[in-house]
This record gives sequence, structure tokens and C-alpha cells, in this order.
Amino acid sequence: MCGIVGIVNTDGQVIDGTHIREAIRIQRERGNGLGGGFAVYGCYPDNKDKYAFHVMYEGDRNSSVIPVVEDYLASRTNITQSEQIPVYPNERIPKGPYFKRYFLKPIKEFLSPQQTEADYIVDLVMTVNKMEGVFVVSSGKNLGVFKGVGYPEDIADYFGIQDYSGYMWVAHNRFPTNTPGWWGGAHPFTILDKTVVHNGEITSYGTNLRWLQMYGYYCMLQTDTEVISYIFDKLTRKDGLSDEDACYVMAPSLWEEIDRTNDKKKRYLRQIYGPAIVNGPFGIVLTHKDGAIVLNDRNKLRPVVCARSGNTYYASSEECSIRLLSPEVESLWSPRGGEPVIIEMQKETDQGTA
Amino acid sequence: MAHMTSNWKIMPSFHPEFDLSRCDYENGCRICVGECSFGEISLKPVKGRNGTILYRPWANMSACNACQRCVKMCPHRAIHIVNQPMHTSHGYWTPHHVSNIWRQAGSKGGVLLVGTGATGPQKRYFDHMMFDACQVTNPSIDPLREPMEIRRYLGGKSDHYGGEVGPQLQLEVPIMFGAMSFGAVNLRVQEAEAIATKEVGTYWNTGEGGFHQRLRQYGQNTIVQVASGRFGVSEDYLKSAAAVEIKIGQGAKPGIGGHLPGEKVSEAISQTRMIPEGTDALSPAPHHDIYSIEDLRQLIFAIKEATSYKVPVSVKIAAVNNVAPIASGIARAGADIIAIDGFRGGTGATPLQIRQNTGIPIELAISAADRRLTEEGIRNKVSLVASGGIQSSSDVLKAICLGADAVYVATSVLIALGCGMCQRCFTGRCPYGITTNKPGLAERIDVGEAAEALKNLLHAWGEEIKELMGSMGISAIEAIRGNRDRLRGVGMNSEELSILGIKHAGD
Repeated sequence: MCGIVGIVNTDGQVIDGTHIREAIRIQRERGNGLGGGFAVYGCYPDNKDKYAFHVMYEGDRNSSVIPVVEDYLASRTNITQSEQIPVYPNERIPKGPYFKRYFLKPIKEFLSPQQTEADYIVDLVMTVNKMEGVFVVSSGKNLGVFKGVGYPEDIADYFGIQDYSGYMWVAHNRFPTNTPGWWGGAHPFTILDKTVVHNGEITSYGTNLRWLQMYGYYCMLQTDTEVISYIFDKLTRKDGLSDEDACYVMAPSLWEEIDRTNDKKKRYLRQIYGPAIVNGPFGIVLTHKDGAIVLNDRNKLRPVVCARSGNTYYASSEECSIRLLSPEVESLWSPRGGEPVIIEMQKETDQGTA
Repeated sequence: MAHMTSNWKIMPSFHPEFDLSRCDYENGCRICVGECSFGEISLKPVKGRNGTILYRPWANMSACNACQRCVKMCPHRAIHIVNQPMHTSHGYWTPHHVSNIWRQAGSKGGVLLVGTGATGPQKRYFDHMMFDACQVTNPSIDPLREPMEIRRYLGGKSDHYGGEVGPQLQLEVPIMFGAMSFGAVNLRVQEAEAIATKEVGTYWNTGEGGFHQRLRQYGQNTIVQVASGRFGVSEDYLKSAAAVEIKIGQGAKPGIGGHLPGEKVSEAISQTRMIPEGTDALSPAPHHDIYSIEDLRQLIFAIKEATSYKVPVSVKIAAVNNVAPIASGIARAGADIIAIDGFRGGTGATPLQIRQNTGIPIELAISAADRRLTEEGIRNKVSLVASGGIQSSSDVLKAICLGADAVYVATSVLIALGCGMCQRCFTGRCPYGITTNKPGLAERIDVGEAAEALKNLLHAWGEEIKELMGSMGISAIEAIRGNRDRLRGVGMNSEELSILGIKHAGD
């Protein structure tokens, strides 16, 4: 069991972090204090053309891995700004790892001919994540992830979430069931501009993992969320699938239905992407710079409710969060298992091209 | 009365015993005599009450193979088979070794031949793997309430959007019937396989003995084999089936060929194999046009050309230590399916020493091959089929967890048709009418009944696979292929676990 909340304003109007904090706080029942986190899109407008690396170092500011990571990043990128991420230790969370953020741009000459800029950044993230005692929390442009061990409202206060604003927010309240609670393992999970919050426990993990390994994805966290993010990244970024098709691959229709409708594309997608099917209970909110996707497993084994109020869309594990955010919500519905809800930004976002 | 010869080199292992208080010999019942195809039961004259001569059944004590045919067919339940204990107290020179040496000493120096798969004590890894199940944090799925999909597609597939999907076999259960040739089994058995696979939606394999005209109507559910003897191979043959399989090796006899004795080559077999009647059908050990992987590639593409790239080409190999690089080579040589046959795989005839001592377990082989293909990023290019000692639906699913896309079963097919594992397939005297073409014996197979039995087997295993998947919270079988996470080892060392790619139970 976990709790998730997502808010998107498709006009790109920004809201501050107090709303999402409240929305996830009232789902306290769904977590156990072992993980909470937030992702916010549009939070670094002054640095929107640079990749914002949030990096978590185990230990304190004297951790020996810090210079190793910084030397590595400096050798591969131009770091325009580097700073400690402000934190506000309190009674409930007196201490955490050491967080830094870097705004950086890849050194173009270092890209190999087949490599896109995104591939290059993903490689950097994978390399750093293989080092001991360090973890890249987020790596997208104009986007930040703040997460840790604690209830989400306490994590919000620890990072001073109310000081950040964005046009899209997601939050997660964790009740860990398969991996121990640690700061890096909290959700959301992100790679480049793609972020996943997830409630569930996928049973296809081993199959998905091996498939991803064929394409150089290194799953260091061993969490379901990480696997789902990578599957989506591989499908949409590397293979060029639409969001809808990527969702279809993860939660395809039954063969019986494919036979009945003789849908060639659906048969084809299910045939070639068999190992990317996601089984087991899940409700996910997947966000990227141009919108959000909400998806349930085919059997609808986890709750997800969606709603709309003007140009603001909501997704949540429980209706109460939506009612809190928008008492006069226009429409509210529970998407069927395997049928994605896809929300697209109306206007070009401030995110550059990542 | 049959006369026995005294000979210390022959050690009868079994014999029937007759309970004359139940036996109906007094009324002339002689069913057991007719049913025994090995000549173990004869009639012994005895005096009746009023002086008449009656004939009672009599064990010859020389030819019983414990096939249990007489036991099952006796309408009076008057027979049971006794295992004649061999009294040797020696812990090292077991009855198996002693009697083998006696047999060879008394047999003009022949190679010991046996049927079926290896019987040795090697570890059965399937029994040391347990499925993981759902509890609390993720719900299990009830296959009676929720859709549960076990369809598989076999054949080469691109690994990215826009790439090509080659010709595919569509399996409604992840189980096919493995190669058993016309000659090794009779046409009734093959016809039953063809009917059952057509109705269930899967495939059977002709083996290397050609494809009889009468069965060609089932071509859409048939895989035809091209083996080293090239029996029955023609352009029509290649085009008559849903897939073509190049047989390089077989788990029961890796590295050696086959031999169908001339006396078994009847008119029908001669026509189907395209060899003269009464001649020995010899399959050489290697294909004489395949001495390397590049030669294999040529044959694969010769077959693809002949079939206009419309059917998948499979390559079947015996499981050997080098299976992973071999599989990689076969995939890169253009095969669409690789079938790997473990050392427990069955056969109609194989030298005992080869059967018992050559090859490796399928569990290790399939895992190694799947891992290698994945590491090389070419797993999508081919489908993997595991075979060799698959005994149950849980073995099927464990093989799939270790990386197989589907399995072949063949010994299970024979058992479903009545086989009692007497291991005398090579004699051509199968009492159940399976591995024989002898008139009078072959008719013991009723095609309709046999097809029904095979459909029942496929259906039962399919349902069991769905139950197992449901307990693991899996609703589509592609989500379990190669999913070693859902398996745990019990009683294995770290090397075994690492080759299988699984964790130990409790970890």
C-alpha cells in the first residue's frame, strides 16, 4: 500500500508546494513513515536550459565520494552552478544525507555520433549511481525531486517544499514492502524529465529487469518504480512510441480481444514487447515535461481516481485528496484497469528539449 | 510348456505371477497370452477335474519387462508382476552393473541398447526449485475469475518499434509435442498428436522420419524435421508444415546418430522416408554438410529460401556444456527458434552408456542459453524451447521462469497413451502399440481415444499452469518468461544457484 497524488495545470500556471503537501498528508493512512517524496516541474525557470542534478551523498559534507563525483561531472559537463540543497532539520527528521544540486550542460564534443544528449545524460546518471555512497535523485531540466525517509508532510517540511513552485506536482507516501526504506529508495523515481510515483508490487520484475539490461539500463535500486521508469524511457525516448502505445505495452489488451478486433498494431506491439509487460498490482502516475499519464494494472488491483477542474487535472489514490484540493471539482472518475489517462500540456512548457 | 535354458548370463528381472483362484483359464481365457508382446507368457497343460486337459498361463521367466500390460488387461485381476530381487550384497557392484556385464558377456559383444531417457541419479533441479507466491502485499489472481493468458508466439522478433516480426508459431498452451518419427512410433500415434495439437492450438513434430501423406492435412500444426539422414526431405515436405526444424542433436544421445533397423522399414515407412523397403535407416552422427556454424547458416537459409521465408526455422541441439555460445551462434546464424534437449530426453533407441553419461540437465542449459542471449542483446531474435525430462506442468513453468518460451514434451505423450516405462522401445514390440509398427500391436492405439487423451493432457497442464501463475500474481505468461525472481532454490550450492540465476529460498 502506498499513496500517490498528482496535480497538473495544463496551461502551465504554477502553484506552490503547500497544496500538494496537504493533499498527501491526508493520505497518511497509506504510508508508514518509511518514505515520502515530491517532484515538481517548472521549479527552476532561471536555469531551465540546464540539467538540474539533485545528488544525494550518504554521510555529510565531508563524504569522500563528493570530490570523486564532482571531478567526474566536471570532466564530462560544464557545471554552471553548484550548491547545497537547503534543508530544515526538525524534531521528526533531525538528520538526513547531504544533498547538493548542480546545473550543468553536457560538453557537446564528447557525444559519440550515435549518442543523443539524453543518452549522454543517462550514461552520466548510471555511472554515478554505480559509485558507492552516492545517488542521483533527479536529473531533468527545470525539475526537482525531494524525497527521504519519513512521512511525506515531514519530508516536505525538511526540504521547505512550500518555497518551490511548479505547474506539475506529484507526491508519494510510502509503505515499503519489498525493499528497505532508505532515502534514495523513496519515491518519486526519475530519469531525465520522466518521473514515476507508484503504488503496487509488480510480479513481472525479473522479466522486465532482464529485458532492460539488454539495453544498458542498470537498475541499482531494485524497486518496481525504477523498472517502470526505465521501461517507459526505453519505449518512448529510445523507440519513439507514443505515450498511449507505451501504456499499451505495459498493460496490453487480452489476446482474445486482439483476435476479435484483428488489431494488427496491438498484436505487433504485444509480440515484440512481451518482456516489457507489467504484471501484478500497480497504480502509477508518470510525468514528463509535456504532461502526465495515469495507469492501472489490467486487473485494477490498486485504486486510482482522476479528476478535472478547469485546466487542472488530478490523480490520486484516494478521492479525499482531490476533494481537499478542489472541493468543486467538475468531473471525477475511476479509470478502468489498463486504460491510461493521458494529460497533455496545452502550451509549450518552459522545459527546453530534454 | 515352454522350455527354459539354464544360463548364468541371463538374469530375469521380473516375472508375472498368476492367482489361479481368480484366473479363468478353466473356461479358456487366454487374454494375457495374447496381450504379452514379449513372449513371456505361455500355456501349460494341466489336468482338469474330470480328466480333461486344461491350459493355464505360465511365466517363462525369461522375457518379462514389467510393462504391466497383462496385469491391466486381465479381466479377472489375477496377475501381478514380481520384481525378482538380485541377491548381491556388494555395495559397489550393484545389480545394474553386474547384469549389464553378464548381458554383454553373453551377447556376442554388443553395445547395450535402451529406450527412453536417462535413469541415473543425477540431481533433478526442477525438484530443487520452488515458486514464490503472493501474500498480503500483492494479491494473487484467481484464474477462475480473472483472465489468465498462456498463449506464446515462437519465432524471431525485432526488439524495437518498427522492426520486423518474422513468421511465428502461435501456441495456445506453452507446450508442443517433441519429435518422434514415423518408425520410432507408428502413424496412429502421430495422427493422434496431429489431431490433439490442431484442436488445442499447438504443434507436434514429425521427427526425422518424414511426413506421411495421410497426415499432411494437419500441416498447419506440424513441425517437420531435417536431420542428418534427410529422410523424407523434399521441397513439398518443407512446404507442408508450419515450421521446419534442423535436428543437430538429441538429449538422449548427444553427438551420435540414429539407426532404424531394416526389419522395421515397412512399405509405408519406406515411402515416407524415401528409402528402399527393408534397408537400414541410418542417421549419421553429424550432418555431412554441417561441420561448422557457417555451414549451419547455409542450411538455415537454404530452407528459408525453399519455404519463401514464410515459416520459422528451428534448430534443435542436445544440451551440452557449451550450450550458451552455441545458442548465440545459432541465433546469429539466422535460426528463429532454438530447441535445447536435456540429457533426460527420451529416445526409441540409444546406447546405454551414451544415455546415462552424456549431456547436461535442461534446467542448467536453458538458463545459461537465455542469459547469454540476453547479455548479448539478441534474446528477441530467437525463441527458446526447452525439453528433456519435463514431467509435469510445474516443470513447464519452471523452465519458462528459467528462460524458455515454450517446451517440448514427448515421453509424457507416450505415457498419456499408456506407456508404462518398460524401456523396450527399440525392440519394436511395444505392448501398448506405441513404439511399434507390427500389425496386431499398432492397432492397440485407437486414434480417437489417443487424441482425446493428449488433448486432456494439454488442457490439464494448461489449467495447472494458470493456477501456478495466479498464485504468483502473474496474468500473462510473457511476464514470467525468464523471471527468475519468482523461483527459489532449496538445497543447492551457490554455484548451482548462480548458473540458474536464482536465489536460495528464504533469501
